[in-house]
Amino acid sequence: MLALFYLFAAISVISALVVVSARNPINSVIALIVCFLSIAGHYILLNAQFLAMVHVIVYTGAIMVLFLFVIMLLNLNKATEPMKSLATRIAAVTAGGLFFLTLAAAIRNGIQVQAANEFDAGVGLVRSVGHVLFTEFLLPFEVSSVLFLSAIIGVVMLAKKEKHQAEAPVEPLTEAERARRTA
Amino acid sequence: MEQGIITAIRTVPLDHYVLLSFLLFSIGVAGVVFRRNTIIILMCVELMLNSVNLLLTAFSAYHSDPRAQVFVFFIMLVAAAEVTVGLSILVMMKRNVDSVDVNQLNRLKG
Repeated sequence: MLALFYLFAAISVISALVVVSARNPINSVIALIVCFLSIAGHYILLNAQFLAMVHVIVYTGAIMVLFLFVIMLLNLNKATEPMKSLATRIAAVTAGGLFFLTLAAAIRNGIQVQAANEFDAGVGLVRSVGHVLFTEFLLPFEVSSVLFLSAIIGVVMLAKKEKHQAEAPVEPLTEAERARRTA
Repeated sequence: MEQGIITAIRTVPLDHYVLLSFLLFSIGVAGVVFRRNTIIILMCVELMLNSVNLLLTAFSAYHSDPRAQVFVFFIMLVAAAEVTVGLSILVMMKRNVDSVDVNQLNRLKG
């Protein structure tokens, strides 16, 4: 079990690093899919089978396909992104590393956990999660549908072409203007 | 059967899961600062959300409490809504400034 955990952990960390460092956005998306699949493996190791299924369906099946669609439709599959300045990149890596060090130092003595409940092999299966979801958390579940409705309306409003744009397409930026904005 | 699941869950120390989540979260934070491409910044936000989900699930399994897993389920719902809105903002940005570079968005009046 420990070996499986280390295998999944190594896959997720390496693919997360690839997400950040890949030049081509398509490679980043593929690496993120690998990372999400390995996290689904962690869920199965933790006996959270319902979450593993939902994770694969929602993240790998819906969200990442959405990312791929946007990359394809906007034709972003070229590695044309200019890098940030060296100082910013060093600062980013230092900030991330220090953040990790701070968090890791906070638990350096280990975590003593007294299990709050008797062990129950049914926790994480559809039956137990669904029972809690539809009794204790029924109101948040219904409210989340309102959230989705507002998200749908917001996306349609945002992605709709405005009238003046439909008539006169926006001129691409000139090189001088692009350089001025980037500076 | 039940004994097998108990050993499966309890053989991996909780610290390992906590450290893995911290590592993934830190990679996400560094990625948001590191990159200029908006779509990759969005993906790094997804990575951070997933590390938090993993942490919640690990504690839920160790405490045998399904409520945390319902919480993870809600985080996934919110993440799905967030991604759709974020990607439509990205489409708007591509249409208006013909770029997905966040450094181009340094003026309030576009």
